[in-house]
Amino acid sequence: MSTLPDGRYIDDAPYNPDEEALQLDHPELDAPGRVLIWRRFKKHKLGLISGVFLLLSYLLLPFVGFIAPYTATERNADHLYAPPQSVSFMHDGEFIGPHIYETVAKMDLESFQWVYEEDPDRPAKLEFFCEGSEYRMFGLIKSTRHLFCAPGDSTIFLFGADRLGRDVFSRILYGAQLSLTVGLIGICVSFFLGIGFGSIAGYFGGRADWTINRLIEILRSLPELPLWLALSAAVPSHWGPVAVFFIISLILGLLDWPGLARAVRAKFLSLREEEYVQAAEMMGAKPTRIIARHMLPNFSSHLIASAMLSIPAMILGETALSFLGLGLRAPAVSWGVMLNDAQNLAAIEIYPWTAIPMLPIMLVVLAFNFLGDGLRDSLDPYQT
Amino acid sequence: MDAIKFILRRLATMMLTLLLVSALIFLIINLPQGDYLSNQIAELRSTGQESGMAEVEFLRREYALDRSLPEQYLIWLGLWPGPHGFSGIIQGDFGWSFEFNKPVSEVVGGAMWLTIVVNLVAVLFVYAMALPLGVLAAAKSRTWIDYVTSFVGYLGLATPNFLLAIILFYYGNKHFDIPIGGLMAPQFEGQPLTIEKIKSVLLHLVVPTFVIGTAGAAAMMQRLRANMLDELNKPYVTTAWAKGVPPVKLLSKYPLRVAFNPFVADIGNLIPSLISGSVLVSVVLGLQTIGPALLAALKSQDHFLAGFVLLFVAFLTLIGTMVSDILLVILDPRIRFGARER
Repeated sequence: MSTLPDGRYIDDAPYNPDEEALQLDHPELDAPGRVLIWRRFKKHKLGLISGVFLLLSYLLLPFVGFIAPYTATERNADHLYAPPQSVSFMHDGEFIGPHIYETVAKMDLESFQWVYEEDPDRPAKLEFFCEGSEYRMFGLIKSTRHLFCAPGDSTIFLFGADRLGRDVFSRILYGAQLSLTVGLIGICVSFFLGIGFGSIAGYFGGRADWTINRLIEILRSLPELPLWLALSAAVPSHWGPVAVFFIISLILGLLDWPGLARAVRAKFLSLREEEYVQAAEMMGAKPTRIIARHMLPNFSSHLIASAMLSIPAMILGETALSFLGLGLRAPAVSWGVMLNDAQNLAAIEIYPWTAIPMLPIMLVVLAFNFLGDGLRDSLDPYQT
Repeated sequence: MDAIKFILRRLATMMLTLLLVSALIFLIINLPQGDYLSNQIAELRSTGQESGMAEVEFLRREYALDRSLPEQYLIWLGLWPGPHGFSGIIQGDFGWSFEFNKPVSEVVGGAMWLTIVVNLVAVLFVYAMALPLGVLAAAKSRTWIDYVTSFVGYLGLATPNFLLAIILFYYGNKHFDIPIGGLMAPQFEGQPLTIEKIKSVLLHLVVPTFVIGTAGAAAMMQRLRANMLDELNKPYVTTAWAKGVPPVKLLSKYPLRVAFNPFVADIGNLIPSLISGSVLVSVVLGLQTIGPALLAALKSQDHFLAGFVLLFVAFLTLIGTMVSDILLVILDPRIRFGARER
């Protein structure tokens, strides 16, 4: 504040007469796109929780050997079809830390089944960071440390044991490695094909558009599962588990791209008329550059959301194929391979825990669906 | 007149698509190394049973498996004269199933009809569920009805079909005395159609229909709900409320009609997934549809059988899509006029 010679007061702060006109209508919307998307996405609680859950699941994949008390193929011949054991903390009204009760196997001579009974007098305290059977962390580093295991001769089957006496809990963890990644590889294949064909059709139009459109129509009108079955039946039976895994994910992705390609094409048809695309064209940019640098980034977030929504279909597809015996095969461990054991009514009736791998499948599929829904809803930050 | 023209054009495109699909399917079933007969020849050689060789060689020549692939394709389709009376699919000769040692038409004959029945019932179920629930969920949005229906829908979407089938069968049998396995009680098999037989089939269809249809019904319901919500916010609905139109009439007369179009158009997307589901569920539950035949044929490279079943399944989906297109034209004048302008 200063005083003019004639005694009037004047504000020293710089004054810009256009200031009002320059001000933004919605200052809260003046941020980079991803910040806006994140702001909206945070409000979608279910999507956020699902996202965190999925992130954790994927981050844990390299460490499953450490978390699981047993390895995937370790057999315990004395505990075939052992029921789930629960961990308790209190024994005789006293706190003695996490422990299980040792089980005793008895032969039931009427039904000719092994019956496992817990001995309430013999609590066995769980050991932590203990030595167990050997596994490889990240698939590279050999280690024998496990997060927890049962002491001595007692066993810990959190989710029971299967028909060969293998721990279902450990196998679910190992199975996650294949079941969760099969969708990712599949979606990569599907993205590559979908974006490729979709952008060619949308950008160039004309005859290419017509041909690709017919191809999309044909593939979309065919039921997926029978084709998946036919393609995976063509996988030679002498191939190793790794090769089979890759070829199966390739097959899953091979039939998934038409939906994506159609979305890409529709978007390209409208973006093609935008001024910035024409400007780039006039400056002599090549089609590949225009597509990759100017057009694709415009709706990459839409692509990610649609990817989240099509991964579950692939995970379920892998499960179905493996369940029918045409997908991944026995030495490989995946949730579908495990469910093979729960194939008939007798198994569900007598050994219901062999169907437990169903739970992680449902959780993951639901999580992907919620995450995809949340992303899709938050993609358009300017919409109220 | 226009509608008839449209239907004829639609039929022609379907035929063309079917031709392309048949080529694709032929390619896929010939992907595996060797075929059923050459496998059998190798097996006979290794076990030293030279006597069976003559028959296998005979079948090989009879069904033109010793010719080049394009020639085999044309013969299979029936566009090219095959050796000794093998006339191809167009003329109603579906080939020989080596696995079952019977003509393909005998292997899948009854199963074809049952497949159609199962899928038809599933489509009806989807509509019967999705229509009222979708409208209800929209009309009562953000109440418990809305939440419960979408929760059940999500569960149906996320549970692997085959397990849901087994579990429902188990509990259905335990608590409601729903029969297990098959599509009819054993005493009705091969019997002429009677009321009792139809009853038995319907009772056996309860669980499969539910399993096959839930996911589709859930997706359909969500879409109908979204469309209805869009319409319900429009001023004409408010006007109708203000005038005191009773709720049921209000919903069914105006917003539902507008929201109904995508609902019909969706059959095209719905049918492929229903058929996928029915194949899987049939294998698990032992329904006598073409599902189990397809699996057996694929596993043993019985390629006439596999090829025919795949083609049949594709044919069903194409017919379904066509029916939905035609319904749409009859239902919506805008589409009819669009067709005329071109």
